[in-house]
Amino acid sequence: MNDMRIVERDVETNDVKIAAKDVQVHYGDTHAIKDVSVDIEDKTVTAFIGPSGCGKSTFLRCINRMNDTIDVCRVTGDIRIDDQDIYDPKVDPVQLRAKVGMVFQKPNPFPKSIYDNVAYGPRIHGLAKNKSDLDDIVERSLRRGAIWEEVKDRLHAPGTGLSGGQQQRLCIARAVATEPEVLLMDEPCSALDPIATAQVEELIDELRENYSVVIVTHSMQQAARVSQKTAFFHLGNLVEYGETGQIFTNPTDPRTESYITGRIG
Amino acid sequence: MTDASMNDAALPKSGLSVTDARTRKRNAAEKRFRAYGIAAISVGLLFLLFLFGSILKSGIPAFTQTVVDVEFTMTQEAVDEAESKMLKTKAYENYFIAALEAQLAERGMDVAFDAKAIQRIVGKTGGTIRSHFQDNPDAIGQPVSFELAASSRVDGYFNGRVTRETLVDSRFLQLSDLDLVDALAEAGIIHGAFNWNFITGKDSGVDNPGGAGLGASVIGSFFMMLVVLFLSLPIGVAASIYLEEFAPKNRFTDLIEVNISNLAAVPSIVFGILGLAVFIQFAGLPQSAPLVGGLVLTLMTLPTIIISTRASLAAVPPSIRDAALGVGASKMQSVFHHVLPLAMPGILTGTIIGLAQALGETAPLLLIGMVGFVAREYPDGFMAGFTDANSAMPAQIYTWASRADPGFYEKAWGGIIILLLFLITMNTIAVILRRRFERRW
Ligand SMILES: Nc1ncnc2c1ncn2[C@@H]1O[C@H](COP(=O)(O)OP(=O)(O)OP(=O)(O)O)[C@@H](O)[C@H]1O
Ligand SMILES: [Mg+2]
Repeated sequence: MNDMRIVERDVETNDVKIAAKDVQVHYGDTHAIKDVSVDIEDKTVTAFIGPSGCGKSTFLRCINRMNDTIDVCRVTGDIRIDDQDIYDPKVDPVQLRAKVGMVFQKPNPFPKSIYDNVAYGPRIHGLAKNKSDLDDIVERSLRRGAIWEEVKDRLHAPGTGLSGGQQQRLCIARAVATEPEVLLMDEPCSALDPIATAQVEELIDELRENYSVVIVTHSMQQAARVSQKTAFFHLGNLVEYGETGQIFTNPTDPRTESYITGRIG
Repeated sequence: MTDASMNDAALPKSGLSVTDARTRKRNAAEKRFRAYGIAAISVGLLFLLFLFGSILKSGIPAFTQTVVDVEFTMTQEAVDEAESKMLKTKAYENYFIAALEAQLAERGMDVAFDAKAIQRIVGKTGGTIRSHFQDNPDAIGQPVSFELAASSRVDGYFNGRVTRETLVDSRFLQLSDLDLVDALAEAGIIHGAFNWNFITGKDSGVDNPGGAGLGASVIGSFFMMLVVLFLSLPIGVAASIYLEEFAPKNRFTDLIEVNISNLAAVPSIVFGILGLAVFIQFAGLPQSAPLVGGLVLTLMTLPTIIISTRASLAAVPPSIRDAALGVGASKMQSVFHHVLPLAMPGILTGTIIGLAQALGETAPLLLIGMVGFVAREYPDGFMAGFTDANSAMPAQIYTWASRADPGFYEKAWGGIIILLLFLITMNTIAVILRRRFERRW
């Protein structure tokens, strides 16, 4: 693990953006998230790491209430964004999701043109005043998704006709097009080559200026490179959460240590 | 024996070009399976070929009509004289016979016949001729060519349905008449013509298969299909979208789901009796009306449409819904912007298959009085098309098939050809729509 270059930024303390307290998630009889409490800071990249099936995606999906769409899924506990309980019955999940963007684990572009894929969010939220405004948003988003150069000549070709990695970057562009305050990314780079990965990581770093980014990743190096905070999940428990540097160099929990040194997972 | 040699015995090393027994067995099984498949398809095709062959063979004659083609001129005096007679149509008929004799003589043929024989061959002609001149007084004094439909037996004689051997003298046709028919045919006065009346006409009396046409009941079917389309498509699609995308999954929706599947299996005649009880006896809608037929067929088609629509909605990958919800679309936006367009080809195919089923349905129509002999008149006007008593294609065919005169049997087969043409057209439309919508990924 000597190629791991831990970010050595000064760790400023930011405001808490997402505060989760005693979150439990059940899929029917499966207890997928057990008693997780975590404070995710604003203008920070937080990485979720942990072995497969430990509940990273599940917890991520709680933050924008995507779990509402799964019938058997039951979420209890308290999750607040900007100190507002997002599971409050008064909160409209649709409005919440416009504020909390998401990039899914598997690329899922709409079976529409590349342009329409990106323009859809701004359109339904009325973010563009006119056509040229929308064109600008689309171009800016595709650039941020590090895919503009590849698709600028075929904006009206189907998004589903792109390669897997291109599709994932298109999905990232689509997610940032609506200017969310929080961006949840579920393994955004698992299908990308090193060049595109570097571009996406650059984007994440750039997004940090204004947003809070939560990224799930299986790559320790990536977590170390892009994140300021890291949370380690294991079997539905949040085992350890803290400064990325701290977690990778000096973990307190033996399970964290064995995971990052490659003994579990 | 060493270990190495034992391993060699258990797993003989063979080159890729040598097939071992297991592979041979597998290949043989595959070959056998292919042969079964081809045999099954061949049997199916054979039956289809036989079916189409027999339908065409029996049905084509319905599209031709043997006509007696006589040209003659009625002068004003002749009309006046005929009109002054007691038996006016008889007088016209005499002119017709005289013209016929003249035409035969002109061609150098000499056959003896009487008015009775002519009546047996073309029926009573006087009435037709008289009404023609009454409707077109300008035609008086001009040569007019009359194409009169020959009787069903004469028609059958030309189609091979009636032969000299099988003909039994009766008041319909006598053996001696056939000599006259032969002579007329030789003179070109009797010949076959395309029977437009079969496509555009109405049902005729039980003793006049020659005059029977499917046109009125095609119109009846058309109005029924309008009702079915405009009711079952929106209701069916709305119900499926609600059940598939919005409804909570609980006991109650499970029950609804099971019952929809059950409804699809209910015999159509049950829907017929339901329609009779509810729409006619209870709601007081007119009997034999395409509106009622359409309502009954809507009930019958709805389960088909709902089942196929739900299947095509369920086939849309859930990741598309997640994607839409993920960018902040509402449930409804995700369904209408993303899911529905993808499910469209399936929905349209299901709808058209449902409509095609409804188009071919007979039993429920018989119960609500849309039997063939009702189709005696065209509806007057578009709205009347829904409420005027009418029949539908399959009911008309059924009525013809059950009539005694063998001429109607031929009409039934001909009607089936037209019905099949409609069904083929609908299925082609389904295929085209499917292609079109699928191309839009
Ligand atoms: N829709 C679902 N229905 C039932 N159980 C589910 C569902 N989704 C996830 N689970 C269960 O919840 C647990 C956590 O799953 P989750 O997808 O959050 O894992 P993960 O950490 O994201 O894994 P990976 O790294 O492989 O993506 C697993 O045991 C999984 O079987
Ligand atoms: Mg996951």
